[in-house]
Amino acid sequence: MTTAEEAVHIISHARAVRQARTVAVIGVLAMLVFVTFCVSLSLGDFKIPVIDVVKTLFGGGDKATEFIVNRLRLPRALTGLMVGAALGMSGAIFQSIARNPLASPDIIGVTYGASAFAVFAIVTLGMTGLAVSGFAIAGAILTAFIMYVLAWRHGVSSYRLILIGIGIGAIATSITSFLLTKARVEIAQQALIWLTGSLNGRDWSNVQAMTVTLAISAPLSVWLVHRLRILQLGDETAYGLGLRVESSRLGLIVVGVFLAAVATAAAGPIGFVAFVGPPIARRLTRSPGPAMITSALIGALVVAVSDLIAQHAFGETQLPVGVVTGVVGAPYLMYLLARTNRVGSGG
Amino acid sequence: MENSVEKPETKHSLAAEGLAVGYDQRQIIADLSVEIPTGKITVIVGANACGKSTLLKTLARLLKPSKGRVLLDGKSIQSIPTREVATQLGLLPQSPTAPEGITVADLVGRGRYPRTRWIRQWTKADDEAVADAMTSTSVLELADRPIDELSGGQRQRVWIAMALAQETDILLLDEPTTFLDLTHQFEVLDLLVDLNKRDNRTIVLVLHDLNQACRFGDHLIAMKNGAIVAKGNPADVITEEVVHDVFGLHVKIIPDPVAGTPMVVPLGRHTTRTDRVQDMVASNSAVAALAASAAANGVCKPSER
Ligand SMILES: Nc1ncnc2c1ncn2[C@@H]1O[C@H](COP(=O)(O)OP(=O)(O)OP(=O)(O)O)[C@@H](O)[C@H]1O
Ligand SMILES: [Mg+2]
Repeated sequence: MTTAEEAVHIISHARAVRQARTVAVIGVLAMLVFVTFCVSLSLGDFKIPVIDVVKTLFGGGDKATEFIVNRLRLPRALTGLMVGAALGMSGAIFQSIARNPLASPDIIGVTYGASAFAVFAIVTLGMTGLAVSGFAIAGAILTAFIMYVLAWRHGVSSYRLILIGIGIGAIATSITSFLLTKARVEIAQQALIWLTGSLNGRDWSNVQAMTVTLAISAPLSVWLVHRLRILQLGDETAYGLGLRVESSRLGLIVVGVFLAAVATAAAGPIGFVAFVGPPIARRLTRSPGPAMITSALIGALVVAVSDLIAQHAFGETQLPVGVVTGVVGAPYLMYLLARTNRVGSGG
Repeated sequence: MENSVEKPETKHSLAAEGLAVGYDQRQIIADLSVEIPTGKITVIVGANACGKSTLLKTLARLLKPSKGRVLLDGKSIQSIPTREVATQLGLLPQSPTAPEGITVADLVGRGRYPRTRWIRQWTKADDEAVADAMTSTSVLELADRPIDELSGGQRQRVWIAMALAQETDILLLDEPTTFLDLTHQFEVLDLLVDLNKRDNRTIVLVLHDLNQACRFGDHLIAMKNGAIVAKGNPADVITEEVVHDVFGLHVKIIPDPVAGTPMVVPLGRHTTRTDRVQDMVASNSAVAALAASAAANGVCKPSER
């Protein structure tokens, strides 16, 4: 028979072990992200030793390296990291709300909606740059809104949300294809590059947009993640524990859509990052919860590493980063679908 | 912050007036009023699909009645902030779901949600409540195990622990003994009696075993087709007529040889296997009483088979 004292000790110990693991994973991932970041800043037409990159970042480099690192390479690398982090968080939110690993914004329609609008802006309206980003955000939000309204029946169930999301995604994809077939070849090509997801030529305006997004949504997520952990227990238990289920879910969806929308606007629909990031994070931390910070770091790492590969692994040819993430993510999707079919449940 | 469990004068009361509840178009409960005795154990019994879970969910404000209202301390439960309700009233749903890979201690800890704020300082009191809940349900040694790897009965006890960690005065449990073996069924029911005696908590539970309902319930509610057909003391509610009305089953009621409460002996179409009764009579006085009573009432006579 354990005494009350020992029982309390067992509980606090179990909690400490869970937290310690998460903290360790976060520490290691943060290191990896930083290393990848520095390496990506050092590589290019003009190679700079990693040591000098670090010095420059902390304000101690010479004029030439400073120009190359801070002006030429930093915006792209930073945009990549922040886009990855935003996608990772967005995926973590959606997958936890729906309690289904298939429910990431790049599988349900959100990013397809963004793409359709962006392609419309590029192809039909002849827009470029920020205007395209604006359309992408509008597309993502509109898609999410339609999805939510259609899924609503005395509250939103996760299955309806996913199925309707996939349906809307399919509609958006066919609109995109239709627009592309109508377009002139050069413009279609430009749109296709955007559609693959690319970090080429990102500048400080992208960095600013992403910084603002993360600065707004990170505190919101911290606030909402507490509720997300309860929402994961299912609607009935969550109601019973005093959670305002519908408003919490709506708030979380808004944050998740916002993150995915801005990330897509900044770098195009980089596929599969939001989809593979959170499951990896959950596995590493062995946490059932949304694992937001870990998912953000994995997302950043996946985009950073993929962009390194896309830029430098194929000699002269530079690929869009989305090609690399797709090569990694697509097999995982197939694995998940195969496993889901065998188990006979939605995961 | 803690609800003063020691002070009986702050006990919460739960009642419902003229409830009408349904799902989409289908009405399940038409006009139901009920008063849950404060500080007592109330057991709801009734056939499958008669609306027991529906009533429990409505009492726990999970379903919004189309007519009537649920009163917590005399106030409409819908008008009280839901988080506040959650510190006074806890619910264990009939089939709760947990996220994949969650550990026992983590899940039970989430029962503390209504008592924490978003910048949560997890305090010693939280650890103590969780430890206490897990000790009472004897799941402490499972603390680090993932829920998905537990047996049905272990899982059920973990969920009960989560409801207990909420430390509410009123506890609603929907079939807390399903999946449990006989020993654990009685452990859970004894635990509920302990909680009721120690802290004077109000407990409402749905049970399918009428004998257990009579033994552990201070107050019984028998339901049929979304309405209450009988309520009161076990002895007044569990009669041959009521059981036949509610379950459509002919039974004999005899006194429980251990507790003295009503005990239901179903007649069924095939009576007991009489060849075995003789052996058992010799060895067990309880069975002897049963057999004697049965014989006296003309049931199970070998000649009548
Ligand atoms: N979510 C739901 N949507 C629609 N109908 C429902 C829902 N839940 C229950 N019902 C219906 O309401 C009626 C009462 O169900 P309820 O769950 O309250 O029964 P119960 O008395 O708890 O039965 P059991 O003993 O099997 O648990 C049933 O006919 C059931 O089919
Ligand atoms: Mg039920």
